[in-house]
Amino acid sequence: MGKVFKFQQDVDTDQIIASQYLLFSTIDEMKAYTFESLDPEFASKVKPGDYVVASENFGCGSSREQAPSVLKALGVKAVIAKSFARIFYRNAINIGLPVIVCKDLHENVNPGDEMELSMQEGVVRVNGKEYECTKLPEYMQGILDQGGLIASLNKED
Amino acid sequence: MGMTIAEKIIAAAAGVEEVKPGDIHTVELDRLMSNDGTTHLTIDMYYKLKHPRIADVNKLVWIVDHNVPCDSVKTAASHKKMRDFAKEHGITFYEGAGVCHQVMMENHVTSGELIFGADSHTCAYGAVGAFGTGVGCTDYLYAMVTGKSWLLVPETLRFNLTGKLPEGVYARDLILTIIGQIGANGANYMAMEFGGEGLKTLDMSARIAICNLCVEAGAKTALMEVDDITRAYLKEHGRKPKHEFTSDADAKFAKVYDIDLSKIKPIVAKPHFVDSVVDAKECVGTHIDEAFLGSCNNGRIEDLRVGAEILKDKKVHPLVRFLVVPASAAVYEQALEEGLLKIFMDAGAIVMNPNCSVCWGSCQGVIGENEVLISTGTRNFKGRAGHKDSFVYLASAATVTASAIKGEIATADMV
Repeated sequence: MGKVFKFQQDVDTDQIIASQYLLFSTIDEMKAYTFESLDPEFASKVKPGDYVVASENFGCGSSREQAPSVLKALGVKAVIAKSFARIFYRNAINIGLPVIVCKDLHENVNPGDEMELSMQEGVVRVNGKEYECTKLPEYMQGILDQGGLIASLNKED
Repeated sequence: MGMTIAEKIIAAAAGVEEVKPGDIHTVELDRLMSNDGTTHLTIDMYYKLKHPRIADVNKLVWIVDHNVPCDSVKTAASHKKMRDFAKEHGITFYEGAGVCHQVMMENHVTSGELIFGADSHTCAYGAVGAFGTGVGCTDYLYAMVTGKSWLLVPETLRFNLTGKLPEGVYARDLILTIIGQIGANGANYMAMEFGGEGLKTLDMSARIAICNLCVEAGAKTALMEVDDITRAYLKEHGRKPKHEFTSDADAKFAKVYDIDLSKIKPIVAKPHFVDSVVDAKECVGTHIDEAFLGSCNNGRIEDLRVGAEILKDKKVHPLVRFLVVPASAAVYEQALEEGLLKIFMDAGAIVMNPNCSVCWGSCQGVIGENEVLISTGTRNFKGRAGHKDSFVYLASAATVTASAIKGEIATADMV
């Protein structure tokens, strides 16, 4: 079980991690500033295993991979949204952060709700109800399963 | 079955006869651009690989443009890492030459290529009929190591352009109008393809401005038909097309839009969304603190000419900082030769070196709490240009310059 952190539509990558932190040396240095403009306490409140739930077009804007990377570094288990902007979506899969499309969840959760995601079953359970998620295409699920895109390079001898 | 331009480029890069939307293919990439926004992280990941290697160093172009010249000790460390790596591996490297996409257009990109850029506005390359798409550093590293990547074939939205833009209306007004019409995710995962007789009335600078902004509608890439204007631009810059693709008559589009250029008006995108567009007249009188003429979207010589023509023999409003930032060193030199920079400086504008500047809100010209910027930059997201509680309006070079004179949002016919 993890807690829900809820956001609205068109959350852009500048709001996930602002430009002035991107040239810091490491993701660990940046992660304290995650969602700074939307929820300044997010980074201190979020615990490993928690979830980010959003409405349409999550992660629109720049291609900064720092956006999914800071979420992963803070231990966010998955981002569940009605839809994702494509570069964020692709980057998240490439680094092994689950990004799940679930059309009916957003209206039915509140911040702080305890939630559980079963990737295998493709369902989210919260407040005594189940919500079905859209399955990833097989190819992309394969990248996630192996731990991200770089893992496949390191498998080679 | 007919194919679109995007499908033809992917088919060629995948070495197959035919592709269709939804297919995933392994593709050979022609070029890989990366800038100082993420390259330091790519390098860290590179050194953690079991077998670090570069498939073809000639495909790589690295450009320091976001925070140049360097603004802090932390940035200096990230830049040094990038500079040293480029030197050690013989990677084509630019620092201070301009905003990455303008540098790429001037020096590298050609028609029919498939290009990954570690920057979302890589879709600008569609102006010459190249498939450019923005990626993160993991994607970039994988492509750098293997020369290849995976690509899901996008559906295509087709925009048939007719007519000609009215006097005083620009490509930027056109693309903001289109984004307003289809929405900030209206082209999510899709290619936006432009063609028709109206395209022939748009010069290369206008074409770059249009393609560059397509990611603000969520597009994976933007593509324009190759014509004599494309060929002349490439020839002028010493290059030839790799392929000249046009969509087949029976190509399948997700949707077709007919756009009459003569109906487009000056447009402003209000805070905090690029699709939040209104007729510029509706914003007239809005207080501003700063105006910005520059960026990969609107910092070319054509844009500076528009601004200088309006500003000539006038003054920037005393309470406004007007930042003028040519998109590349080549643009800067030409503006100097044409006397444009003198016009800007005489009027009280601040002319700066080519870089991303306040468009990305981290280097120079950032705005403070509750301040208002009118900008030819790419985005107006909350906090994009500085303080989280500040406001960015997007408009054409003409509207931005007129506003800098008036000290409030104004259109060019008002000054």
